[in-house]
Amino acid sequence: MPVDTAVRPVRILVAKVGLDGHDRGVKVVARALRDAGYEVIYTGLRQTPEMVVDAALQEDAQVIGLSIHSGAHMTLFPAVVQELKRRKATDIVVFGGGIIPEDDIVALKKKGVAELFTPGTPLQEIVDWLRKRFPQGGG
Amino acid sequence: MKVRARDAKEVWKEEFESSPTRDDGVETSTISGIPLKPLYTADDLPKRDEEMPGAFPYTRGIHPGGYRGRLWTMRQFSGFATAEETNRRYKYLLANGQTGLSVAFDMPTLMGQDSDAPTSRGEIGHCGVAIDSLADMETLFDGIPLGEITTSMTINSPAAILLCMYIAVAEKQGVPASALGGTLQNDILKEFIAQKEFIFPPEPSMRLVVDSIEYCAKEVPKWNTISISGYHIREAGSTAAQELAFTLADGMAYVDACLERGMRIDDFASRLSFFFDAHIDFFEEIAKFRAARRIWARWMRERYGAQDERSLKLRFHTQTAGVSLTAQQPELNIARTAIEALAAVLGGTQSLHTNAMDEVLALPTDKAARLALRTQQLLAYETGVANTIDPLGGSYFVEALTDEIERQAEVYFKRIEELGGVIPAIEASFFQKEIADSAFRYQQELEQKRRLMVGVNEFTVDDEEPMEILRIDPKLEGEQVARVQEVRRTRDQARCSKALAALRKAATGTDNLMPYILESVRAYATEGEIMNTLIEVFGIYTETAVI
Repeated sequence: MPVDTAVRPVRILVAKVGLDGHDRGVKVVARALRDAGYEVIYTGLRQTPEMVVDAALQEDAQVIGLSIHSGAHMTLFPAVVQELKRRKATDIVVFGGGIIPEDDIVALKKKGVAELFTPGTPLQEIVDWLRKRFPQGGG
Repeated sequence: MKVRARDAKEVWKEEFESSPTRDDGVETSTISGIPLKPLYTADDLPKRDEEMPGAFPYTRGIHPGGYRGRLWTMRQFSGFATAEETNRRYKYLLANGQTGLSVAFDMPTLMGQDSDAPTSRGEIGHCGVAIDSLADMETLFDGIPLGEITTSMTINSPAAILLCMYIAVAEKQGVPASALGGTLQNDILKEFIAQKEFIFPPEPSMRLVVDSIEYCAKEVPKWNTISISGYHIREAGSTAAQELAFTLADGMAYVDACLERGMRIDDFASRLSFFFDAHIDFFEEIAKFRAARRIWARWMRERYGAQDERSLKLRFHTQTAGVSLTAQQPELNIARTAIEALAAVLGGTQSLHTNAMDEVLALPTDKAARLALRTQQLLAYETGVANTIDPLGGSYFVEALTDEIERQAEVYFKRIEELGGVIPAIEASFFQKEIADSAFRYQQELEQKRRLMVGVNEFTVDDEEPMEILRIDPKLEGEQVARVQEVRRTRDQARCSKALAALRKAATGTDNLMPYILESVRAYATEGEIMNTLIEVFGIYTETAVI
């Protein structure tokens, strides 16, 4: 039996945290990442930070992509990072997107969110960022 | 030698074909993908009797007088932080010439939960005002005479509760429910389809909608009981024709549900209202508004046998497209919004919200909110566009596009019917997939620069000055939590428990729930308590996520 030498594609859990239901962005990004060769799991709406981390561990995801449009990003994004710390899963990379003002982006990066993408970001930019971050991970 | 019309067209065609065309690769179809001819002529005009404003099928407007009779209502959607802060903003907007109120609630309120629920953390007052009980509602409308102003409330799953709170505040002001004017969004179907702020499953959700329509027909006769909304469908990424078709299909589903309840069509149809997006593709939007009126009038008369002329008239509110705004060079949003607002006015809207330039970043500042309102005032009073009724009626292009959008909508009605109606189509994820496909197609066109967004994928600048934005003080979260807990501590608990128990019992039967909700509200039951009581009986809905 031939040995499978192909690199396993990076698994990305895409999650919508917070109470809002604006899912156009998250779906477009999820589809684009899938088309770029990543394995994408979309959680659906209204995930709490605990639910997101549970799902990421269960799915063995290396990356969590968070989307939010309700304005609660300063509470919920760091809560996901904290929950990863609590579960000793800090190797999972967290990035996010949504309506996030510039100052908040700086603050969130300090709190451990690896990258943030705001409205108008070309999909390719997100894919390029992932490829740079995971050069060995397909996609 | 005199050239006949036909010949002139042929001459033009030859000249057009031999002249150079732009090679920038940018699509020449509408933003929704409807192919356009370079020129429309008399040959494109449909053969039909001349249409007139105020007459069936109302393509040219529902009023014979257009804006000569009355301008549209300038209704800026607004709400943030606490009831007290928002009350201050309302008074500011009214003092600046706004003519109606429109309440934006925060996410916990929209999702029917109190500010002290664990999942409200970080969400309080962020995208609207936090309302937990009648006490907050009293503060929200303090000093605003509810008998003299009309108010629109954007709320869906918990719509009946917020309407009851409004009625109860009016009672305290000495204003009877029969004198209240305004609009409740109350459109649960589009929540399942697009905005996703659903709580109960479709069936009990529809019951609550019909309960409120039935109750208002008797008790609050001047209230628009529902605002059947395409806005969120469009913002979720649909095309113009999808927005129109899905919205009108929802409208017919509500009509069917009310008829099933035993109501007579002319007893409720005139209080149904609509809400559309005004996107950036100027003519397509105007055509959409015109087609909406024609389709609705025809279906109401032919399918439902409505006799009262008011039942046939589609009245609508418009909001300019949030999705068309950009975080990059945000001042450009003023120009975009003005163009979109113009389309709404030329399409004959009854009321209008113009987005503020900073809404892509946060809720608007006082200054940005005023600029947005001023844009409408400028349109109304400087440009002269309100002087002539349906000024684009008879335009070869606009008439042809109106017909094309109508045709596309009819195709969708057939497909929805084949799927068994709106609710089965929701359960089969039909709308959700259609919208996601359109959104993805558009995004790809942007990526490939077949569509340009100024400042985003072309004409960008490297260094942008950050814009002043509205910040919600994190302190207010604790204050709002304390406020709702104070309400629970100080109310007449026996009356409150009794009201909730009666509501629970009624929910298991078939009574109209409005009187029970109204009594619960008067007893200062919180929104979350009322919703949880109903959840115990109705259960909650979970959607199948499709990407």
